[in-house]
Amino acid sequence: MSSYHLNYLEQLETESIHIFREVAAQFEKPALLFSGGKDSITMVHLAKKAFAPGKIPFPLVHIDTGHNFPEALEFRDWLVNQVNAILIVRKVEDTIKQRSLTEPKGKFPSRNWLQTYTLLDTIEEFKFDCCIGGARRDEEKARAKERIFSVRDEFGQWNPKLQRPELWNIYNGRIHKGENVRVFPISNWTELDIWNYIRKEKIDLPSIYFAHERKVIEHEGQLVAMSEYVQPAENDVVLTKKVRYRTVGDMTCTAAVESEASTLDEVIDEIIATRISERGETRIDDKVTEAAMEDRKKGGYF
Amino acid sequence: MDLLRFITAGSVDDGKSTLIGRLLYDSKNILIDQLEALEKSTKNRDDGSVDLALLTDGLRAEREQGITIDVAYRYFTTPKRKFIIADAPGHVQYTRNMITGASNANLIIILIDARLGVVEQTRRHSIIASLLKIPHVVVAINKMDLVEYSQDIFNNIVIDYTEVAKQLGLSDVTYIPISALDGDNIVDKSGHINWFKGKPLLEFLEDLKIENDINLTDARFQVQFVIRPQTDDLHDYRGYAGKVISGVYKKGDKVKVLPQDFETTISTLETGGKEVEEVFAPQSVVIHLSNDIDISRGDSIVKADNLPQVNNELEVLLCWMDDKPLMPGNKYLLQHNSRLVRAVVKNVEFKLDVNSLQRQPVEGNVKLNEVVKATIKTASPLVYDGYEKISENGSAILIDETSNSTVAAVLIKS
Repeated sequence: MSSYHLNYLEQLETESIHIFREVAAQFEKPALLFSGGKDSITMVHLAKKAFAPGKIPFPLVHIDTGHNFPEALEFRDWLVNQVNAILIVRKVEDTIKQRSLTEPKGKFPSRNWLQTYTLLDTIEEFKFDCCIGGARRDEEKARAKERIFSVRDEFGQWNPKLQRPELWNIYNGRIHKGENVRVFPISNWTELDIWNYIRKEKIDLPSIYFAHERKVIEHEGQLVAMSEYVQPAENDVVLTKKVRYRTVGDMTCTAAVESEASTLDEVIDEIIATRISERGETRIDDKVTEAAMEDRKKGGYF
Repeated sequence: MDLLRFITAGSVDDGKSTLIGRLLYDSKNILIDQLEALEKSTKNRDDGSVDLALLTDGLRAEREQGITIDVAYRYFTTPKRKFIIADAPGHVQYTRNMITGASNANLIIILIDARLGVVEQTRRHSIIASLLKIPHVVVAINKMDLVEYSQDIFNNIVIDYTEVAKQLGLSDVTYIPISALDGDNIVDKSGHINWFKGKPLLEFLEDLKIENDINLTDARFQVQFVIRPQTDDLHDYRGYAGKVISGVYKKGDKVKVLPQDFETTISTLETGGKEVEEVFAPQSVVIHLSNDIDISRGDSIVKADNLPQVNNELEVLLCWMDDKPLMPGNKYLLQHNSRLVRAVVKNVEFKLDVNSLQRQPVEGNVKLNEVVKATIKTASPLVYDGYEKISENGSAILIDETSNSTVAAVLIKS
C-alpha cells in the first residue's frame, strides 16, 4: 500500500477546508456563525488551517440568546483573541425589545425559535451573502437531506423540494440579491468524528465539556443546570451532581449528563459507550414534535 | 481507518430502506432514542416488529406521501471503516438525484428483487453507474427468503446481470444473496444460504480495497483561492490554495501553469500552515511557485511532463437536471471545479436512452433527466482530462445565469 493515503479524519478535514476556501472565493460577505459549542470551535480550527498563515477572511457572528453558559462566553472571547478574528455579537434580547416579540414561557423558556429573528436581522444589517454553520447531517433527519451549499430565500427559508443538485466537489453558490446561502462545511462529520478530531488536533474546549460539580434539577430524566434563567419549582429536587455537557446550547434547553470524564480520552470513551444520540440526550427543545427541526429550518433556522 | 462512500440504488419496493436500516441497526449505529422514536411511529403495525425502513424516511412530506424526495446521507462506523451512504430515490424521474448521490461514490449497491430478477430499473441504475464510472459495484439480490433461498434463482440472476455488466463495461461486480428484512448476509453469514461462499455485505464493504480509486499518477491541481495576507511580517507571501485533484507534487517539481502556458517550479508546499516536502490527492494544500506570475482562481498547475488537455470546444455527455428544458443557443455558465466560464451548447447529437443505452434522435428540446451527447463551446479555454481518465478533472456543471440553478451535469469526453 502506498504512503499517499489519508485516514478518515484527514479526508473529512481536506473536504472541509476545500469548502471553506470555496466560500471565501465565491462570496463577497460571508460570516461564520459561532455558537460557542464544540462544532463551531472545530470550524474555527478548520478555517484557520484553510487560510494559514493568513487570518480567517470572515467575521465570527454570535447570535447571543442571553442564556449562555458563562464558561462558553469566556472561552469565545479567548478564542477570538487567539485566532485574531473579528467577532460580531447580536443579542436576541435586543430583537425581542425592538420587535416586541413574545418571550416563550414555561419552566425552560427556550429562545431557540427567536434566534431566527436576530439572525435574519443580522444578515440584513451586514448584508451577509453567506452564513457558515456547524450543522452535521448525522444530527437529525431533516439535516440528512440538506446540501452543503443550501440556498435560502429572502425569508431565510429552506425549500427541501427545490435544492440544487450538488455534484462531485463542485459548489454553486450563485444567488440573487436578497437571498443567501447557508454553508455547512462539517456536514459529513459525526459527533464522534468531531471528538476524535479535537483529540487529534489538540483543540481547546470550554471547561463545561468535562466533568464538574453543578447544581441541577432533574426534569423528566434530564438534568438541567440551575441558573438565573432556570429556578426550581416547589416540588423540584435540587441535586449536586458531577456532570459534563455533550452539547453547549442555551442554559435553559441543554441538559447535562452525569459523568466522571475529566479528560478527552475519558469523554470519548463515554460517548462511544452511550447508546443515546446527542440531540436526544441533551436537547430539551427537539422533543416537542417529531418534525421540530424540519419546521425550524423551513422558517429560516440554521 | 479510512472512508468509503457508497450509494444505494433501488426503490422502496426492493427493500432499499430496509437494507440501510438493517446496516445501521446490525452494526449498532442506531441509538436508543432513535429506536424509541421508531417504535412510536410503528406501533400500528400488526406484528409489532419495528419497520427498519422508517429509519431512513426523513421529511414529514415524505412520510405523508410515502415517497423519497431527495438524496439523504447516512453515516455509520465499524472498527474498520467509516461509511457514508448516499441514499438516493430510485424512480425514473429521479435520475437527477441518483447522479447527485453517485458523483462522489466509490461503490454502488444495486438491489435486485430475487422474485423479479433484472428489470428495467436495474438497467437504468447500472447505466448511471457506468456513465459516472463508479469503481465498484455490488449486486445485492434481496428477498432471498421469498424464493426459498434458491441457489438456482440466484445463479440465473447472476448470469443475466453479467450480460448487462459486460455491455456497460462494469468490471468490478460482486454478487451477494441477502434478505434485508431478516438480516441474512448483511452483517452475519446467513444460515439459510450455506451454498454461498462469499462474504456477507458488511464484511465485503469493510474489506474492499479502495486505495487505487484515487489516481496518483497524473498530477492535477486547480487554484481555488489566492492567500495574500499582506501584513508586515507576511508582506510577500503569495500562496495558491486548492485541493490536489490527482497525483503527487513535490518541492522542486517543474510545473506548468495553464491555460497561461508558463513554466516554473514549485518552491514551497504547505498543508494546514506547515511546510511539507510533498502533497498528494485529495489533500487541501497551498503551493508556492518560484516565479511571480499572474495566477488566479480557476487556473491549473500541472507537472510539465504530464499535461492535460486545453481546449475551448468540448465533446460532452450532458445529464439535464432542470425543469426548464435546454434551449439550444442559450448561454450558460460552466463551472469546472473552481473555474467559471461562459458556455454555449452548440450541437446536440443524440439522446442516450438510460434504459437501453440506445442512441435516439433528439426531438425538440432536451428535457429533465435526459442524457445527451453534445458539443460545448466555452468563452475561454478549459484545462481538463477526459472523465474516464480523471473524473474530477473531467466533470463540470452548467448553471442558468438567470435562475442560478444548476441545470446539468457535464461529463467531458477525452
